[in-house]
Amino acid sequence: MKIGVVALQGDVSEHLEAIEKILGKDSSVAVRNRKDLETISGLIIPGGESTTISELMQKAEIFDEVRKLGEQGFPIYGTCAGLILLAKQGDEQVKKTSQKLLGLMDTRINRNAFGRQRESFEIVLDIGSVKKFTCVFIRAPAIVETFGKCKTLAKFENYIVAAKQDNLFATAFHPELTDDLRVHRYFIEEIV
Amino acid sequence: MQKGGVVMDVTTPEQARMAEKAGAVAVMALHAVPADIRARGGVARMADPAIIERIMKLVTIPVMAKVRIGHFAEAQILEALGVDMIDESEVLTPADEEAHIEKKKFTIPFVCGARDLGEALRRIDEGAAMIRTKGEPGTGNVVEAVRHMKKINRQIAELVRFKSNKHTLEEKAAEYRVPLALVEETIRLKRLPVVNFAAGGISGVADASLLMQLGADGIFVGSGVFKSSNPIKFAKAIVEATRSYDQPKKLLEISKNLGEPMHGLDIKSLIEAQKMQIRGV
Repeated sequence: MKIGVVALQGDVSEHLEAIEKILGKDSSVAVRNRKDLETISGLIIPGGESTTISELMQKAEIFDEVRKLGEQGFPIYGTCAGLILLAKQGDEQVKKTSQKLLGLMDTRINRNAFGRQRESFEIVLDIGSVKKFTCVFIRAPAIVETFGKCKTLAKFENYIVAAKQDNLFATAFHPELTDDLRVHRYFIEEIV
Repeated sequence: MQKGGVVMDVTTPEQARMAEKAGAVAVMALHAVPADIRARGGVARMADPAIIERIMKLVTIPVMAKVRIGHFAEAQILEALGVDMIDESEVLTPADEEAHIEKKKFTIPFVCGARDLGEALRRIDEGAAMIRTKGEPGTGNVVEAVRHMKKINRQIAELVRFKSNKHTLEEKAAEYRVPLALVEETIRLKRLPVVNFAAGGISGVADASLLMQLGADGIFVGSGVFKSSNPIKFAKAIVEATRSYDQPKKLLEISKNLGEPMHGLDIKSLIEAQKMQIRGV
């Protein structure tokens, strides 16, 4: 089984490494075009700049394809910027910049929930069945509200920082920046 | 989280919006691009916070801004403004020739320039969250950025070879004026412990690809975009080139009909005092 990581911008290599640690050599695919999507069983949209990743996914002509896959039940995990792109409803900032979202998860997000870059921090949380996980937040967005079929997995302060909806999974934090593989394992074992 | 992306120098909110549309991962808000700072002479300082603030209001990608080397008061002002990252930069006139800012005292992350591993590790030890090559800013000439990127890589490879020789590593740490633990971490990671971008003189598609192939985690473009004949085309092309840096056929397509790149300068024509890279070691 192979898992892909959208490799247009952001912390791609850390996700690829985490996948290979779990599934072995050559199990990760850096996804840069539509052909790369054909070989994988699940996809991670990494942290980075969501505006940039959205623009680049459109330029690489994988944006609509990823949306279609998501609608058809294909497993997709979004971290940080990926959480923004998966959402159905953006915030004022998203509207202001006419940023295009994939619009797959029943969530409403706040792009700068935890402030600008200086509000980076670590906190230990239970992420559903994954207990006591060290969550690294960097200028993190968050889910303000879930509706429809989306389930909250973890909350911090008044924000939802992890959520799941059938084949879709999103976290506001960066599990790839720790050595703890349990959140990646959860995605691969429970969702893919 | 700028890895794999392009950070662009901008001087107006309109330019910042254009950079965002072109796919930049962040903008560097300045009152003048390095080529103009070089041409203008005199003392170059932190930009007017009002300009930076206007840019922060208009774009959603992170906004960085420069302070003079060692000028912690300028950094405090930018921290109060809430910029996303501070560049303690040799492009501005240094305020302290003995010391850099103690960056660990700040909650805002810093990026700093480096010409070799010693400079890079000293900046990281002071608290820098990101390193970029110094290159020779405002010249449109990539030769110095190449030199600095290769030197850092060569010095890391050298450290890795000395891995089991504790005595040599202690000597290296003393030479670099950093704790042994930082040298050991670099060896364990076989790279700098923070992201390392290329900066200084990058003015086109092939330059971005060259530096990415030499191991850069991303690219800073200063004068290269807005001193070219067609900034929008150049901005998009450099973003695209940074993403497809290892695909010559793509690069071929991107390179066509871009117009005139910035004119540029031969580094050899600069006298020592005109070089920005020698500032702050």
